[in-house]
Amino acid sequence: MKNKSLVSIDDLTTDEILKILNLAEGFEKEPVQRLLEGKVIATLFFEPSTRTRLSFESAVNRLGGKIVGFAEASTSSVTKGETLNDTIRTVSNYCDLIVMRHPVEGSARFASEIAGVPVINAGDGANQHPTQTLLDLYSIRKTQGTLDNLNIFIVGDLKYGRTVHSLMMAMSRWNTTFNFIAPDELKMPDEFKLYLENLGLRYYEHNDFTEIISRADIIYMTRVQKERFSDPIEYEKVKNVYVLKDKMLRNTKPNLRILHPLPRVNEIHTDVDRNPKAYYFEQALNGVYTRQAILCALLGIK
Amino acid sequence: MKEPKQLMVSAIQNGTVIDHVPAKNLFKVIQILGLDHIDNQITFGTNLESKKLGRKAIIKISDKFFEDDDINRIALVAPDAKLNIIRDYEVVEKKVVEVPDAITGIARCMNPKCITNFEEVTTRFRVVSKKNVALKCHYCEKITSQENMQII
Repeated sequence: MKNKSLVSIDDLTTDEILKILNLAEGFEKEPVQRLLEGKVIATLFFEPSTRTRLSFESAVNRLGGKIVGFAEASTSSVTKGETLNDTIRTVSNYCDLIVMRHPVEGSARFASEIAGVPVINAGDGANQHPTQTLLDLYSIRKTQGTLDNLNIFIVGDLKYGRTVHSLMMAMSRWNTTFNFIAPDELKMPDEFKLYLENLGLRYYEHNDFTEIISRADIIYMTRVQKERFSDPIEYEKVKNVYVLKDKMLRNTKPNLRILHPLPRVNEIHTDVDRNPKAYYFEQALNGVYTRQAILCALLGIK
Repeated sequence: MKEPKQLMVSAIQNGTVIDHVPAKNLFKVIQILGLDHIDNQITFGTNLESKKLGRKAIIKISDKFFEDDDINRIALVAPDAKLNIIRDYEVVEKKVVEVPDAITGIARCMNPKCITNFEEVTTRFRVVSKKNVALKCHYCEKITSQENMQII
């Protein structure tokens, strides 16, 4: 993986994914390892993102590396009209690796082709966010002990949510059964269902999940955003259907864990937070270990 | 009796004849093949009657022979084009165009949020369907279908 960029989860082979997850396990046991001593990591956030940026910076700091960069485009030369091409060519002279978030889709692939150093895509518009997918995989494997043959419930906005598409594509490598729970307006797009059918994987679609929740190994919650609905009445009708409450978890499997890419608004009631099956804050912590692993793998350090 | 005046595209001794080009895409074919930048003799006719296409165009290029990879680049704008390879006024070979597996340049990505529509980036696509041509963008990974396809 040395000197490779990470733009899309599909760029990685299954072996490479497992290698990163195994490395992340090592960082969970021993988070402070000065492996990036003398290395400079550029974090270029053309679009603000608190969690992703802080967890990358935390990962670099724990590895003893230094960070240069900006947290929003308004403090960069973009405001002077510089192209992404020029920014990337310039910044790649200053650092050993670039972490980039940009609102334009495909910007990360483009950056990886012109940068002289590896590029990690920390989100390119609605397209890809592979480090989120890797930390999701890490969280699933850690809580279930395996990635094989799990029953995964994905709830909420399945039409526009890039994290759910990437997670679904990635998990399809391990004989997963999927349950998609979404309002009609936000159903899983046909192209993804066709992808699963071609692989011979089982998936089920539901509008509500209170009846079937007892089968789940993982519930992956996402936010149903009001602005996705053309008709506000439709939103009012469904907004409470996709809210997870503690009492719904009564008859669920003991190994069930609830994941959420965060930020949460109201789709997981705060009474779930105390339930030991709630895992979303630990999931965010796993993001640091996973990103430590990704940085080291792409720099060829581990 | 006076012979009727005929307008015809004269025969060539050696070279390539590209027939069955949709008339509206003649200049796109010329552009894609870079015919506007070469020194060979070129004659073309357009808005000729065609049972199949309604109005077709024909291009004759002297002393020019194309590689398959080059000629397949016109498949997006002239999917029914037929090539006649001419040697010494005789047709020695006939070819049809085939939609290639990958397309560089030529088409625009239909996703308005794609980087190729923001910066000077040459578009790149993988052809995911050849029958009803569908292109998957190498950058934003969105699909551009035949009906939304715009030629650059």
